[in-house]
Formats: sequence, structure tokens, C-alpha cells
Amino acid sequence: MLIKAIFISILFVFSNLTFAKLNIQHWETNNGARIYFIENHDLPIVDINVDFRAGSVKDNKQKNGLASLTNHMMVLGSGGINEEDLANKFIDLGAQLNSSFDQDKSGFSLRTLSDKKSEAIDLLTLVLHEPDFDSDILEREKKRYIASINQSKTMPGSIASKAFMKALYNEHPYGLPSSGEVEAIKKIRKKDLHDFYKIHYLSNELSIVIVGDISRKEAENLGNKISLGFSENKMTLEIPSVDYIKGQEIKISHPAKQAHLYYGAPIIKRGDPDFLVLYLGNYILGGGGFVSRLTQVIREDRGLAYSVYSYFMPFIEAGPFQVAVQTKKSQVKQAKELIQKTVAEFIQNGPTSKELRRAKDFMIGGFPLRLDSNKKILEYVSMMAFYKYPLDYLETFTNKIDKITAEEIKSAFQRRVDMSKFSTVIVGSE
Amino acid sequence: MNRIKIVFFLCLMPLFAQAGLNVQEITLKNGMRVLVKEDHRSPVAVSMIWYRAGSLDEVNGKTGVAHLLEHMMFKGTKTTKPGEYSEIVAAAGGRENAFTGADYTAYFQRLEKSKLPISMKMEADRMQNLVITKEEFKKEIQVVMEERRWRTDDKPKAQVNELFNSLIFRVHPYGRPIVGWMSDLENMTHEDAIEWYRMWYSPSNAILVIGGDVDAKKVFSEAKKYFADIPAYKIAKRKPQIEPKQNGSRRAILKAPSKLPYIQMGYPAPTLGKDGIKNKKEAFALEVLVGILSGTSSSRLNQNLVRNISRAINVGAGYNMLSRGGQSSFEMYATPSEKVSVIDLEKYLKLELKNIVDNGVTDAELKRVITSVIAGEVYQKDSVFGAVMQIGQLETMGYSHKIVDDYIDNIKQVTSQDIQVVIKKYFHDDALTVVTLDPQPLDKNKLPKGKPHAH
Repeated sequence: MLIKAIFISILFVFSNLTFAKLNIQHWETNNGARIYFIENHDLPIVDINVDFRAGSVKDNKQKNGLASLTNHMMVLGSGGINEEDLANKFIDLGAQLNSSFDQDKSGFSLRTLSDKKSEAIDLLTLVLHEPDFDSDILEREKKRYIASINQSKTMPGSIASKAFMKALYNEHPYGLPSSGEVEAIKKIRKKDLHDFYKIHYLSNELSIVIVGDISRKEAENLGNKISLGFSENKMTLEIPSVDYIKGQEIKISHPAKQAHLYYGAPIIKRGDPDFLVLYLGNYILGGGGFVSRLTQVIREDRGLAYSVYSYFMPFIEAGPFQVAVQTKKSQVKQAKELIQKTVAEFIQNGPTSKELRRAKDFMIGGFPLRLDSNKKILEYVSMMAFYKYPLDYLETFTNKIDKITAEEIKSAFQRRVDMSKFSTVIVGSE
Repeated sequence: MNRIKIVFFLCLMPLFAQAGLNVQEITLKNGMRVLVKEDHRSPVAVSMIWYRAGSLDEVNGKTGVAHLLEHMMFKGTKTTKPGEYSEIVAAAGGRENAFTGADYTAYFQRLEKSKLPISMKMEADRMQNLVITKEEFKKEIQVVMEERRWRTDDKPKAQVNELFNSLIFRVHPYGRPIVGWMSDLENMTHEDAIEWYRMWYSPSNAILVIGGDVDAKKVFSEAKKYFADIPAYKIAKRKPQIEPKQNGSRRAILKAPSKLPYIQMGYPAPTLGKDGIKNKKEAFALEVLVGILSGTSSSRLNQNLVRNISRAINVGAGYNMLSRGGQSSFEMYATPSEKVSVIDLEKYLKLELKNIVDNGVTDAELKRVITSVIAGEVYQKDSVFGAVMQIGQLETMGYSHKIVDDYIDNIKQVTSQDIQVVIKKYFHDDALTVVTLDPQPLDKNKLPKGKPHAH
């Protein structure tokens, strides 16, 4: 199937906002793990998501890839049960275990039928508490990582995004590729994984979200059971803050038909008071799919690209604001100039009152769509839990959006979005 | 979402994960069908309109026109400007998009439930009053060409897949790319788009499927209001374009910038008859075979080739038991490990099939497929969108959505011997098609390192 545009999936990446009268129950375990529970017996399903602050931001250059490999190896054998038997035990229960990984977090999620929940939760606990990190499997997986990293070095989109993060963050760990680098991965040993796990998989850096057909008492037991397998260490190293780096212009040649352009700078972290204002503004600028200014200028008015978008991606520390487009090589200069002009105009003048009203209507009127399944609730609340959002965040969301003025958006963009600091990466420039 | 034709399943049987759909249905006086699936868990509605028109119905020289028309459907009607409906949907808090497959073109909106009439009004309007101007066409065809560059031309695996389809189907239209050949896009005119619209966008060729927190009776009366008076016209008779039996293997090599090689191989395979009965035994045996070979980390291909003997980095298999065009294929694809050639990998993939012919599959494997399907059916209930999608696909392809009710029973009946029989019947070398990727350096002046890629 050909989707008319990819904006919807892009939107989901950053549109981590919502309202709702979700009854979120929240407590902390004795050793500091944060538990979030939404009880709902409509369907005989239990969803659990467990996140640790153990993303690639915890990597260093020498062992870049260790955080990702640790996450990956967690599900490949535990407590002496080999990888095949372990996978089959989940499948035989009809349960699904998935792992996720990004710059900030290492996550594991379980979906199980409620009548199989205790067996499935036992298995999840085993996976989390007793990873084997088998040496032979590690060597095999390292080779697969290396092959896929080498392959990504031939793909224009991957080359561009990697060069972009490097340009923005240089030596900061956000500048390291999440899946690591070949030479660093070669050096990683079983002991490194064990050490990384011991140091970074901590109860006080753990958030657990439970949604569905399970009682409060069972949810409490589950939270205790999982968190008690991890040690607490309040003296963990803080993530370094992001230093300002001068904007650069990087051009990389590539035989592809299209050029890939990335444009932006590190701007905002989670919990920043300007975030909601910038987020609403960006919907108008480049986040709102078919109806954004960038899409109008690049795609609708001129047919220059299939996809163009912008977004703020806040991390624990300052995450990037970025604009991206792919267009045939001969048009990339034109696209770049139009993007710069559109962003500059938006910063200078802010949105029109009509644009602002429509953006608010979209956010407020479409609010229920963000939480219309257990899976979406799980994902949304997991984000809130991991980044320690206030519990009333959802309830107050639409109200806060409603109060934002055009002047506030303009002022926030003028204070925070400084184009003179932007970097540009073009892969496949002529 | 995957292209329906490619069959890169990530999990088992996404088309079939829901029994007891409980769908209510009417047919309007112009022949348009309306199906409603109520689900009151959340105050939202999903609306999808499906047209029985896809790349399957295109002719040579005009490939890609179904997909182009999908883009043009956002470009205004007699009473609305280009993009105006997108603004209206967005201002209602809604999400919308559209997709084109080989078998259908579909348009959808997700809305807070009270906003559902917005979607009906819009779809009724663009079903009959679409305006395709030369100016808008000229811009949008550029967008579609960019989409083709992004989706296919700059992605080696997508190029392999395109070549593979064109080799395995020489006569059947599934051999042509949904997005269209670049030359056809370059020579397409706005008249081609208008011609397509006038051929296929009759209400009698459309199916409206609505799900969510709605009342079926109210939906029916709204649907009557918006759609029942749209005049239907006769839809051209479709030619079957049956693929002749393949006599001898077909092989091709694709060169593209890449570090790793890649192989896609497969055989033509039958689909389930539209009555849900014809080819049932074979189609379900193939369905279970794919579940045993691929789909989970401990399925045979991954467990044996990636984990146990490390001959592949990635591997998978796919098969679509349903299609409107009455034709399918069984496919396997893999990326070899370092120092393993695609020729050797082809042998390993075939050995997996031979191993089943010689020794069968185990009861544990059969049971695992059944367990996954039963659980998957429950999990699917969490998604209204999934249910609406499933109903629309089945009905547009010409099946009744009720065939879902027997799905688990049919899966349960598959035996090891059934699987052996289909492998022996369909998977022989004279019916084989193989396309391999021969990786080229990014810099054309540089020779590839190591040994040249042998075939």
C-alpha cells in the first residue's frame, strides 16, 4: 500500500501530548521504582511496560553500542533458559515480549492475555533479573550489528541523520550513533554487558506502567517483584548538559537520486516550560502534516517533495529541533532556501490568528484519539512516567493549549529558536 | 503499513485477527455498501471508504494512475479548494490519510465520534465532484515522482522487490509496481487521472466501513443522506489476466549501491477462493507454513539460519492467502552473513523447505501457530482501526468478512502432511524466481573490496 504521506507516523513520534480523564494510580516502591497503573477490565489483556534510564546517552565513545547491545541481549536468554526456549515459552502462552531502545531509555514491554498473566509476568521478571549475556550469542549479535551499521553507511537517510546528530552534539553522547560504531562494538565483551547492566539498570531509574485487566493488589505485587531485583543508587552520574556548538554546513556526496536535507539545532529538554508553546507553534510550522506551512510551501505549492516536516524532539537534556526533506538533487538548493525563509518568517511574525485557532481546534478536538486503545495509553503514560511528568498533565493539557496566545508562540520561538546556530546536512548534494 | 502484495509479515496473519466481528450492513439504492462495526470503549469513530480499484486494474503505459488519483482526491472539488478538506478534518481534531494497493484504494479519517458527518460529507463530495486541473496535476505528479524516488529508486531492497514482481508475474498485473514506472509517471496527463476517476469512482464500486463508538442505525441514515443519491454508473468488465504456468526458473541480478547483498526468492501460489472454500486446504497449509518458517524470533528460518548456523543476518518468509486478483506468491528473503554468498543462502533456504518435506513439522510448532492466532484475535480487539481495516480489505477483495469466523478452525485443521503436500506441489525449481542484489560501491570509481560477487 502506498500511504499518501508519512506525516502520521512522524506525528506520533513527537506528539506526546494529550488530555483525558485517565485514572492513573501512581506509587513508588520501597527502593524508588515509580509505578503507574491504569485499571481497565474491558478486554482480557494486560499490558506492561518497563523503562530504564539506560539509553545510548549512557554510552561512551570507546564502547559506543554497549547500551544498545545490552538492551538487545536482555531478551536472548535468561536464568539459564536458552534463547529459543525462552522465546517459545512466551509464544506458548500467547504472550508478546518486545524491547525498545532510544537515546534516553531501554524498555521492555509485555502483552499477555489476563488468564496467563502470572506465568507471563514470571517470565518477564526472569528476563529482567537474570540476563545470561551468553558469549557465543554476543559474538553472533555483534557481527549482525556490525553488518547493519556498515549497511547503514550506504543509505542516504541514515548517513544524513547520523551526520546531523554529530554536527549538533559533537562529543556529547547524543552525538553518538544509538546502535554504536564498528570498532567500538568489536571491543565489547560479556563482562561489559554485565557491568553496564549492574550500573545502569537501577530501581530508582526504573518506571513501570501497567494497563488493563489486573487488580491494584496484583499490580503492587508486580511492581515490587520487578523492582526488588534491582539495586538502588542515587549517586548515578548525571547526563551532561548540552554545550552550544557553532552551526555547520555539511555536504556529503551520494549516488542516490534524491538529496536528504536535515536542518536544525539542539533546543529543548523534557519538562521545559516553553515546550507546549513551541509544540503548538511547530504544529503550524511543520508538524501538522498536510496543513503545515512547510508542506504548503514545499509540497502543495511547488511539488518539490513527498515529505517535509519539522519537530522538537525533547530528550532528558536538550534534544533537537529539526526540519527534514528529501527531494531530487537539482531541487535541494531551492528547497533549502524555502525552508529557511519559512522558518525565519515564522520566528519573526509567529502564527496568524486563524492558524492558531485551527491548531488549537486540532489539539483539543482530537484529544480522545490519542488515548483510544490500551496500547496507546500504555505508550503515552510510559513517556509521562519515564520523564517524570506531573500526574495531572493529561487533565490540564487541553486547558493549557487553549490559553496559549500567538504572541507567546512568537516570543518562545524568538527566544529559543536561533537559526544562526542551526546546522545543515545535505547528503547527495550535486 | 506494508504494501499488500509484498507480504513482509512481521507477525502472524494480520488480516485475520478477529472473530465474531458483529458487523451490521446495508446496501444503498445505488449499490454502495455500508458496513458498521460498533465498539463503544472509546469516544472515537473510524471511517474508511474503499474503492475496488488499484494497480491491478491499470493498463500498460498508465501504471501508477490509481495511486496518482488517490493524491488528486485531496486537490479540491467543485465547491472546495485544494487542501480545504484536509484543513476541515484537522480543525475537527481528525487524522486522515489514504493508501493505494494492488487491489484497492482507500481513504480514512479518525475523528472524535460527534465529528463523523464531516467525513461522510467530504467523501460523498469527492466521490462525485472531484476537480482535476492541469495546474494541480502538474505539481502533484512531481510529488508522486519524488515519492517513487524515495520509496523505490533509492532503496536497493525495494528495487529488488520491484524486479522480482515483474519477473514472477509476466502476464498478471501484480507484476507492475503500484507506484507506477517512472516513464509512465513522466508521460501521465491530467486526462489520464480524469479517465481513471470516471471509470472507477462510482458508488456501486465503493464500500464504506465505519467503526467505533457509533450507533449503526444512525450511521445508516446519515450514509443514506450523503451517498444514496449519487448516481451509479456501469463499471467496466475486468479481464482476468491469468498468469500462465511457469516452465523453468527465472533469475535476475540487480546492481545498486549497498554494502550487503540480498536475496528474494519465491514461487507462484494459490489464494483462497472468494467463496472461502476453493483452495482452502492449500491456502491454509501455506498460511501455517509461513507461521512456522517466519514471524517470531524462534521460527525456523531465524532460529536455524540466523541463530544456529549464522548464515544470514536477517531472514523472513511471506504469503498472502487473500487477493482480489486471484493470484499469490510464497516468498523468502534474506541478507547473508559476511562471507556467505547469495547462492549458498538460496541453498540453505531451500533446505529448510526440503527438511519439512522429509521430516514434517512438529505438533509443538503447529500448536504454537494456533496459540498465536487465538491470542492475536484477542489483542486485535484493542484496535478499532484494525477491525475497520480488516473488514474493508476482505470485502473489497471480494470475500465476505464472515470468513473470519472460521479462520481459527481452518488453522487448527492443518496437518504436517498438508504442509508437505503444498511444498511438493508448488515449490519446485521450474517454478522458482530469484532476484539477488549485487552490491555496488557508493563511489563508482572504487572497485568493491574483496572477491567479486559471484552468481
